Amino acid sequence: MSLYNDPIGHWVVVTVAIALLLFVVLTATAYTVWFERVALGRIQRRPGPNRVGPFGLLQLAADGIKLAFKESFVPAETDKLLFVIAPTIAVAAAFLSWAVIPIGLWYNVQYWIADVNIGVLLIFAFSSLNVYAIVIGGYASNNKYSLLGGLRSAAQLISYEMALGLSLVPTFMIVGSLRLRDIVEYTVHWGWYNGPIPLILLTPIGFVIYLMAAVAETNRAPFDLPEAEQELIGGFLTEYSGLKFVMFYLAEYINMITVSALAALLFFGGWYLWVIPPVIAFFIKIVLFLFLYIWLRGTFPRLRYDMLMRLGWKVLLPLAIANVIVTGIVLVATQG
Amino acid sequence: MADEKSSQPEHPTPLRGPREGVPAKPEGKHPGVAADVAALAGGLKTTLSEFFRPVVTTMYPEDKTVRSERYRGRHYLRRYDNGLERCIGCELCAAACPVGCILVIAAENSDENRVSPGERYAKTYEINMLRCIFCGYCEDACPVQAIVLGPEYELSDTSREKFIYTKEKLLEPMPPDVEARLRASAAHPSPLPDGERGTPK
Repeated sequence: MSLYNDPIGHWVVVTVAIALLLFVVLTATAYTVWFERVALGRIQRRPGPNRVGPFGLLQLAADGIKLAFKESFVPAETDKLLFVIAPTIAVAAAFLSWAVIPIGLWYNVQYWIADVNIGVLLIFAFSSLNVYAIVIGGYASNNKYSLLGGLRSAAQLISYEMALGLSLVPTFMIVGSLRLRDIVEYTVHWGWYNGPIPLILLTPIGFVIYLMAAVAETNRAPFDLPEAEQELIGGFLTEYSGLKFVMFYLAEYINMITVSALAALLFFGGWYLWVIPPVIAFFIKIVLFLFLYIWLRGTFPRLRYDMLMRLGWKVLLPLAIANVIVTGIVLVATQG
Repeated sequence: MADEKSSQPEHPTPLRGPREGVPAKPEGKHPGVAADVAALAGGLKTTLSEFFRPVVTTMYPEDKTVRSERYRGRHYLRRYDNGLERCIGCELCAAACPVGCILVIAAENSDENRVSPGERYAKTYEINMLRCIFCGYCEDACPVQAIVLGPEYELSDTSREKFIYTKEKLLEPMPPDVEARLRASAAHPSPLPDGERGTPK
C-alpha cells in the first residue's frame, strides 16, 4: 500500500474511500433491514417482504421513497433546532465509526480511511455520541413518552458502555495495541503454528460480555427499552416522522453493522478465514453476527428496566473486571 | 331495583383465589446460571427450528383460502327463469336492515311494462356497501328470495360513490335463452298490430 504513503495519493485514496464507504454502508444498511425483516418473518413462519422486486429486495427503495416524500413535520411547542439536530447527530456518529474500521479487500490488500492507533477507542467515543442524539431528541420532542425513552436510553447506555469497554481490555492487553489492524493481524507462535488466530480463543468471556453489551448499546431487542413500543409508544422516536425518522432508523442499523463488524474484527480474526478471499470472509462474518442479533430479537422478550440495570451493574461489570484481572495475571505468568 | 342489587348474595366461591393456579415457586435455591443459560439456549433453539420450517402464509392475491359455503359477501338481485325480476318492491329488506343501508322505491307493474310477476317492482334498489355489515337479514326477510348474498368479498374501490350499488349493478343478467329470445324478437318485430296477437287471420 505505497499509495497511502504518498501525500497526494493518500488524499485521493481517502476521498474515493469515503465516497465508496457512504455508498456501501448505505446499501448494506438497506439490505440489513431487508435481511432482518425476512429473517424475523421466517422465525415467525411468515415470508417477510416479497412484493417489491425479486424477493422483495427493492422494498427498502419503496419505503425510502415513501418516507422521503412525507411531510417534514415538527410538533408545536418543541425546540425546533434541537429536534432537527438530534437525528443528525445519530446518523453522523453512526457513519463516523466506519472511518476507522479497516476492511481487508484481497490478500495483503487492505482499505481504511484513517488508520488511527486508538481506533477502538474512537469507535466507542462515536457510539456514545448516540446517547446525545436520543436524549436531545427525547427532550426536544416535548412529549413525556419521548422524554422517558431518552432518559432510559441515557441510563442504559452509560451502564453498558462500561461493560463494553472493559470486555475488550483483555484483548488490548494480549495484542498490545488499540489499532484495529494490529488486532486483526495478531499472530501467535505456538509451536509449529505461526499465523493469525481468532482472539475469541483467548478471551471467550470478553466476547460473551461484548455480545450482550453491544446489543444493549445499539438499543436492540431484548434491550430496546428506549423505544419500548408497548409502554412508551415509540420512546424518543414518538414524534419523529419522514426523513428525520429515517435518520434515526439508519443510525440504528449502521450501528448494528458496526458492532457486528467490530465483533468480527476483535474476536474472529476480521478478514482471515482459511482460504476464503478476505472481503468475502469479512462479509460472511458480519452477516452471521447480524443474523445472531436478529435471532436474539426474534427469541427473547424485552427485559424489565430493573433487570436491565441489574444485569449491567451486578453481572456484566464485575465479570468484565474479573476478566481483566485474570487475563493480567495469566499474561504476567506466561510472559513474565 | 337498588334493593335487589344490595340483596344479591355474594358469589359463593370466588372463581380463583389470590395465588390459586399460579405454580408454586421451586423450593430451595435459585436454579442457577447453568439452568438459566440452558433456558435461553432452549429459546434460541426453538426459534431457529421455526426458521427452517415452511412458511404458512397464504399469498393472498395469488392464493386464496377456501371460504365457507355459507359465506355472506356481495349482494345480488335474482330473476326468475323467464327473465322477470323476483323483487316485488315490498321493502321488507330495507325494514330488516339494522344499519339502514338499503333504499327501495317501488313502482306499479303494468301489462305494457311488466318487470316482476307481482303487483309492484323495485324502480330503484340501492345498497350502500360502506354501511352494510353483511348480516344477511335482508336475505332472511325477503319473501321471494330476490335479494341474496353471494360469495364475493373483494369489493374495494376508489371512491365512496362507487360503493352505492345500484340496481343495474346488483341485478343478475338475464338467463341466456331469454336474452336470445328478446334479441330475436327485437330483430323481427311482430307483424301483427297491438291487441291482435295470436288472432287467426
